[in-house]
Amino acid sequence: MNDLVLSTSELRRDYHMGGDVVHAVRGVSLDIARGEYVAIVGPSGCGKSTMLNLLGGIDRPTSGAVTIDGARVDRMSDRESTRFRLHHLGFVFQRFYLMPALTALENVELPMAEAKVPRGERVARARELLAYVGLGARVEHRPAQLSGGEQQRVAIARALANRPRVLFADEPTGELDAHTGTEMIALLEQVNRDGTTIVVVTHDDVLAQAARRVVHMRDGVVVDDRMATR
Amino acid sequence: MLFHLAWATLLRHRGRTVLTVLGVAVSAAMLLDMVMLSSGMRASFRNMLVASGFELRIAPKGTLPFDTDATIPNATSIAHRLQADSDVTTVSPVLGGQLHVTVGQRTINATALGGIGRVQGDYDITDGRVPSAPDEVVASAEFLRASGLAIGDTIRAAAGYDPELRTTTGSRALRIVGRAHFVYLPAEQRAIALPLETLQRMQGARSTDRVSLFMVKTRAGANADTVLHRLQRTLPNVSMISTASAMQQVDQRLSYFRQLALILGAVSLAVGFLLVTTLVTVSVNERLGEIVIMRAIGVARERIVLQIVLEGIAIMLAGAIVGLGLGLLTARYLNSILASFPGLPAAIDFFLFEPHDAWTALGLLTAVGILAGVYPSWRGASLPIALTLREEAVG
Repeated sequence: MNDLVLSTSELRRDYHMGGDVVHAVRGVSLDIARGEYVAIVGPSGCGKSTMLNLLGGIDRPTSGAVTIDGARVDRMSDRESTRFRLHHLGFVFQRFYLMPALTALENVELPMAEAKVPRGERVARARELLAYVGLGARVEHRPAQLSGGEQQRVAIARALANRPRVLFADEPTGELDAHTGTEMIALLEQVNRDGTTIVVVTHDDVLAQAARRVVHMRDGVVVDDRMATR
Repeated sequence: MLFHLAWATLLRHRGRTVLTVLGVAVSAAMLLDMVMLSSGMRASFRNMLVASGFELRIAPKGTLPFDTDATIPNATSIAHRLQADSDVTTVSPVLGGQLHVTVGQRTINATALGGIGRVQGDYDITDGRVPSAPDEVVASAEFLRASGLAIGDTIRAAAGYDPELRTTTGSRALRIVGRAHFVYLPAEQRAIALPLETLQRMQGARSTDRVSLFMVKTRAGANADTVLHRLQRTLPNVSMISTASAMQQVDQRLSYFRQLALILGAVSLAVGFLLVTTLVTVSVNERLGEIVIMRAIGVARERIVLQIVLEGIAIMLAGAIVGLGLGLLTARYLNSILASFPGLPAAIDFFLFEPHDAWTALGLLTAVGILAGVYPSWRGASLPIALTLREEAVG
């Protein structure tokens, strides 16, 4: 693969729990090309969420390297990795985690405001993104006034606000019903088709099947890595 | 955006926020009152002393002005020697005493101040004019109210009264030519001011060429304490006090007031601090997930700190603004109670509002608001993102 956007080398993450050491990720090496849609799957406790946190720079590996667009994320200071996440990465989580006090529009504006995007520009882009995820008519609604699927759409719009190189999603359909989950899968496919690299961690077979590449993990290691057959 | 987020977060739990703001308001009101109390008496006493422009006060040896009934002998000679000093511009002798005024079948007692009308600094005319003839007097509003007399009436007044023999001494007719506000006397005091020589004659031999007090003005630019030391060398048989040294004595006597104010002010600040810290900490604990998500999407640690500190400051400022009004109302009420202490000059305020006090209270509250946000903001900003997300997912 010539156009790598993300690669890991011998990535390890150990946790100290009481007197024991838990090896959550054990020497994972992975290359992801620009524009790929990768699903990381596996049983509970296999280390896939830990893997996602390491790839996204919100956790620090015990050893090994994480490189995104040529930048060594594992070597960054807290301040550097925070700025890197702001400008280059997007995150979607199972529980949406929107700011309940803000409207949908303000939630999408939040990362752009942090990135010092001028107000007029960020409001326009936030409206554009909310229209893109199908919520153009609900920009002034607060999270409590939105359904679970709508909240997750706002979270995706927020993740796309600063035009990320990679969008990380941790169980994005985990709290949605089957119908809404299917809509979410379609939206993620649309986002990927429009050029954003996606790495998703999921239990959801339907979501995993939508990805073009599926990485199976078990006991902290990659046991299978193959392109999906459709 | 962070200001907006901080404000919107506070409004999420309106009832809780309003109750905390009210708690802070009570604390802020108490703080303002304590700041006003710590400086009010001193400032109003100083204002009273400097209002008439007399910098030096000369009393009988070993006493403070009007501290006893003692008087200064050879008043004319002393007045001349005072006026001989090149830095002295005005000398105002004052003799104190009592007058017994017969009104119909009643006798009304009044404090009497004998002085020289054109240079006196004991009263301000509120109606009528300053006495100019030997039989002219001005009276306090309380005296006129109690006696039912008015400007233009003539009274019969005596400087001495023997209750056993029911006889008066030093009696003469006096005409009321004005109503006056007596600067150094309580508002409820019945008082009469009359020419010095008239009162001396009425008091008889015991007051011949005697005064209770001299008040002295010095030339503009002259150092009052330097003049005082020079005069003390030439007049060793009297006690002299300058406004500055009077203020020092006041400071000593009021020190317990300031200590009380300091302690109660510190307590009110501590209460405000604990209220805000508790509220903001509870608020942070309720939204750990939101906070770590902000960190995950790239919001800087210091911006998280700023947002949480802003919440603390917003509560403190809102409480301070409500507390300012509450404090002023409380101070006015307490002042009206304390001002009724017998013998207290009307010009003395226990709680004197000065803009500086409000700024001091506001500054202290803002500083405490910042401090109150330190612990919860530190807690919020130092959360490990991955671990907190995992705990939130499990919880």
